[in-house]
Amino acid sequence: MGIKVLKAGLLTTVQDAGRYGYRKDGIILAGAMDAHAWKLGNMLVGNTAGEAGIECTLMGPFLLFEQDQLIAITGADLSAEVDGVPVPMWRPIHIQKGAILSFGQARSGCRTYLAVHGGFDLPPVLGSNSTYLRAGFGGLEGRALKTGDLIPFKSAAPDLPGAFNWSLSPKMYQRRQDELIRVIRGPEFEDFHEKSMAAILTEKFKISKEADRMGYRLEGTALKLLKKKEMLSSAVAFGTVQVTAEGNPIVLMADHQTTGGYPRILQVASVDLGKLAQFQSGDLLSFELITLAQAQVLAVSEEQELRQLHQTLTFKYPING
Amino acid sequence: MTQKTNSFKCYPLGDAAIVIQLGDQISPAINARVRAICAYLDEYSFEGFVEYVPAFTTVTLYYEPWVINYSKLLPLLQEMANEVLEEEEVSSGPVLEIPVLYGGEWGPDLDFVASHNKISTAEVIALHTAPEYLVYMIGFAPGFPYLGGMNKLIAAPRKDTPRMKIAAGSVGIAGEQTGIYPIETPGGWQIIGRSPIDLFDLDREVPAFLKAGDRLRFVEISEKEFKKIRRIKNGD
Repeated sequence: MGIKVLKAGLLTTVQDAGRYGYRKDGIILAGAMDAHAWKLGNMLVGNTAGEAGIECTLMGPFLLFEQDQLIAITGADLSAEVDGVPVPMWRPIHIQKGAILSFGQARSGCRTYLAVHGGFDLPPVLGSNSTYLRAGFGGLEGRALKTGDLIPFKSAAPDLPGAFNWSLSPKMYQRRQDELIRVIRGPEFEDFHEKSMAAILTEKFKISKEADRMGYRLEGTALKLLKKKEMLSSAVAFGTVQVTAEGNPIVLMADHQTTGGYPRILQVASVDLGKLAQFQSGDLLSFELITLAQAQVLAVSEEQELRQLHQTLTFKYPING
Repeated sequence: MTQKTNSFKCYPLGDAAIVIQLGDQISPAINARVRAICAYLDEYSFEGFVEYVPAFTTVTLYYEPWVINYSKLLPLLQEMANEVLEEEEVSSGPVLEIPVLYGGEWGPDLDFVASHNKISTAEVIALHTAPEYLVYMIGFAPGFPYLGGMNKLIAAPRKDTPRMKIAAGSVGIAGEQTGIYPIETPGGWQIIGRSPIDLFDLDREVPAFLKAGDRLRFVEISEKEFKKIRRIKNGD
């Protein structure tokens, strides 16, 4: 028993934290683009392990529930409805056997996460359920969901008394509604022309049509190196901003290749990766420089917040201890 | 390079990764140092360590910033690197043999590589199978090796229009590099042959056949041998 895909949506994939430990073998991390929203979804349905969820992109899917289930919808607001009635996000929802969860207009953001209690019963590949689209493994048969797919649940809805009449405090998930993405300097920042360093930190850049799970190509002032530099390929990371030979910045996202040969001008702070994942083609963004120490303090406090929430929720989900 | 042989520098790649740079050019000596660092990390990691990625001159370490921060990690790694780099070089393993069926439908660009370099196809094969290659790093695709050691006499430019599909096992040349495609992917390399062995196989305990630091040699095989190896692979 699980969900049946009635309509697949634009790009609907199974994702978890990502596939760790294999980047040295050229195997990408993948995983939820907005990992923060994915984590909160899991907590809301009482999952302690990093269970895989379903990542929906702009145009969400239509999903039929073959069994009662406890779900949560987090991330972008894609007008979620159950049997045609709008449902709230960021809280546990009891969904009944035979009900259809559907998505409509994208009100804000780009990527929505569906978490179900207990997770989906799919075989992990190299320790992860994240979908590696290009290599064709992980998730559901290594591909995006399509009409007719069946994704089984690991467990049924929890037998907990009382309605789930609580929701997450907005301060846990609300992000500043602006176009600022915090960054620290990349390894090759100082190899750029002074005007280019100033431009990338002060001007607005537009996310081009070439924006997907691998990376966002940005449009704006062309960035120039002080002198042409022979770059040897080296490792990159989610959030690395590299600059192509034509001078366009590309921000690497969750499905980025493990190594790259372009100069790395900036690196997005870990805490803002989720915010960036909710931007879409045509959006403007600007980078705000912070120090490495500041970025790490932000990462620590986000982790602490999540752990605290997890503690609180263990009282609501005693079954999971 | 005038650099002291055991010198290195460290710098951050964002708030969750640190790079140890061990030189600034492609050389087997620098690769050996990259390998030594990785071998050490395989044995002894640290609290908050996630994983490492070796490249031509660097080892990048990913870590959890809420477990250890950069200012604490930096001296730890400097001490580690100093210690590791003073020791004897790590020994390299045996030379792996990669069987390749050259030309024909398996290597449609063999003729181009020959005519581009004004030599015969037999000479291309002889030059390609002669050297011992070093796997400097893995990247681009699962198990895809960046090899050093190709003879420049068989260098050839990339195709103007990349092919939509290049079969797994295809052996190609791009500029002064040679490589082998572990999975089916689009690509612009000149394809001169195909290997029947699986460079990437999820059913193996270690899916990627090659890793940074491996040495290999290409060995020419006949179509009959190619098919025999495939049959053994398929369990017939």
